Amino acid sequence: MRTPVVANPAGFVLPDSHRRAILCMIVLSFAALFIGVVNGLGQALNYARVDILQYFPGMRTYYQGLTVHGVVNAIVFTFAFAAGFLSLTTSRALGRLVNDKLLWTIFGTMVLGVLLAGYAIVTGQGSVLYTFYPPLMAHWSFYLGLALLVVSTWITAAALMITLLGWRKDNPGVRIPLMAFISVATYAMWTLASVGIAVSVVGLLIPWSMGLISHSDPLLSRTLFWYSGHPIVYFWLLPAYVSWYTMVPKHAGGLLFSDSLTRVVFIMFLLLSIPTGFHHQYTDPGITVGMKALHAGLTFGIFFPSMVTAFSVMFALEIGGRRRGGTGLVNWFAKLDWGNPALVAQILAMLTFTLGGITGLINASYSMNMSIHNTAWVPGHFHMTVGSAVTMSFMGIAFWLVPYLTRRDLVGRGLALASQWVYFIGVLVMARGLISGGVDGMPRRTNMLEAAYGKPSWELAGMLTGLGGTLMFIGGMLFFAVFAATLFFGRKGGAPTDVPFTVTATPPETRGWQVKLDSFRWWMLAAVVLILIAYGPFLVQYLPASFMSPGYRFY
Amino acid sequence: MSAEKLEKIFLSLTIFMLIVFLGALFWASFGLGMHLPDRVGQIDPTQVRTTAPFDNPGVFRVGENEYEVVALGFAWAFQPREIRVPAGAKVTFIATALDVIHGFHVEGTKVNFMMIPGQIARVEAVFARPGEHLLICHEYCGAGHHLMYGTVIVEEADWTPEDPDAPDEEPDTPPVAPDATPDGEVGA
Repeated sequence: MRTPVVANPAGFVLPDSHRRAILCMIVLSFAALFIGVVNGLGQALNYARVDILQYFPGMRTYYQGLTVHGVVNAIVFTFAFAAGFLSLTTSRALGRLVNDKLLWTIFGTMVLGVLLAGYAIVTGQGSVLYTFYPPLMAHWSFYLGLALLVVSTWITAAALMITLLGWRKDNPGVRIPLMAFISVATYAMWTLASVGIAVSVVGLLIPWSMGLISHSDPLLSRTLFWYSGHPIVYFWLLPAYVSWYTMVPKHAGGLLFSDSLTRVVFIMFLLLSIPTGFHHQYTDPGITVGMKALHAGLTFGIFFPSMVTAFSVMFALEIGGRRRGGTGLVNWFAKLDWGNPALVAQILAMLTFTLGGITGLINASYSMNMSIHNTAWVPGHFHMTVGSAVTMSFMGIAFWLVPYLTRRDLVGRGLALASQWVYFIGVLVMARGLISGGVDGMPRRTNMLEAAYGKPSWELAGMLTGLGGTLMFIGGMLFFAVFAATLFFGRKGGAPTDVPFTVTATPPETRGWQVKLDSFRWWMLAAVVLILIAYGPFLVQYLPASFMSPGYRFY
Repeated sequence: MSAEKLEKIFLSLTIFMLIVFLGALFWASFGLGMHLPDRVGQIDPTQVRTTAPFDNPGVFRVGENEYEVVALGFAWAFQPREIRVPAGAKVTFIATALDVIHGFHVEGTKVNFMMIPGQIARVEAVFARPGEHLLICHEYCGAGHHLMYGTVIVEEADWTPEDPDAPDEEPDTPPVAPDATPDGEVGA
């Protein structure tokens, strides 16, 4: 029996009020990415010893550009996209609309956050990079802006949860449709995960930057940052996974392997995303090796659901390829619909993600981490995860989502396809440069153009980084051309009238243990227990914190 | 073969692989002694200059073939800026930061740790081959971050190094560390 991943396969109409609110979020999201990609070109070329940042209006330093690049890409782009996209998937899957006043509140909070943080960054009072480690201090509006962006995710989480609870009340004993379950699971995970950054920003950094408290505790704030800073990468990734599980099989003409397994994957992310933050702090003093080893083990655990995903996604693609006449071991791959930009973008995203996952496993590898920690290897790695797996998936989704929201046809299908191939090749070239440079000791987040030191062997790595980054920029600009042209000039008419969704090969059980999978309450509780195990011993040992570092504005 | 069966095989291999990888890592660390920085002590970041051993940064010979490097990071330099140790010696780095967070990476080696204000880092290393390494601050620490670096010079030992592949580099100074005064005071 084939079961759709949504409650009612037919007859869903998204009212115009919702359509506009979600479109605003998606436009905000890609406007942020546009600024991020433009700054990214400056960052990449800096490695190749070409300075274009000096021509950017108002740009004072390399590090100001790097702060813009990190904040708009990693926070604004991803948060705004997740809010719009997962509000839509939840509404569609339940056949029940998320409150549109809440949608506008989310959007307004995000815009206010962007303006506040943007003020500090643009005026040169917030060049503390996206990680904003104290005792480097920014203007208070930087922290307040970030806090509002986090608050916007909480409003989204509440909006989705209210919608789900209303649906459950009206449908007692019915399994939550898969697409809604995994959408809400994403926000459930992030709600727990964002506590660390919220405590640090609201409780410590805002009063500190306003002068209400005079000192900070660098290691405590750093630990709170990474408490949120690792799960945030899954918050970036899971909206892409929602698409890979419930939509890509539809694009490919295949079907989803297993309903239960998909739920288990998202539950594993809910449980294991958070208690792994110390693998970003392997080289930090002040944290015992025992705690680091515990987090290393749990981090290896979180690799598992991604391998399940690799299997499920391959299954869906292979079925699609074979239905289109593919035969043999690999021929089905060539038979996939390589003319559909939404599918092509996401297949290329998956391919880079395999490399991103492998390099990530090396980052997480306890003692091996010392060879590459804070070298150019690290941006090499995460441009193959968030910088491509996530970014290209979101671009791929936009190829049907913008037509769906605007009721306009996609303009420039060929250009859309080209944008993804160019971006894909670009990210591979750039990652090759950064990774080889990193293995050779080249640092990350460093103005290499003006560095007082260097090695001849970094030249090639820098050139490849600059070349790859330029290709990514060109691919990105082609995408934005398609995006803007569709938004403003797309022909009214033939656009998709519904969200694409797949059916599952194994339907959800209505009896037995699998029904228990839908109990968010118990999974949240289990996640909290794991967090206490992972962070409790550290806090007991570390607290009371030692607030002894005054603030510095070295920029 | 059914998809369910293929999946079981695939996921079993995944679990097996992860266990092997993790086991190898822990064996390398706890068995072969490739240690990460541990929790060894705290310090008032505003009093570093007057707190032992950081009141006297430098390279010290503390034993037969053992050295201690007391290092400071601040915007935007390391102290000492140049570190000379002989190949094959056991070198213990004891370091902290004076102002903001800095990084301490002896490029080309596994000496790679954070200098966090308020925390004392203690890392042991043996440099097998003579040669020169950049010492890089790899954490953003302000407008002059890219100017912050130092040098680690590993000199020819006055005894045969364990590594037979060591290149024959002529040390330009005798293999004796500067300021070779023993200093037993370590950390807090």
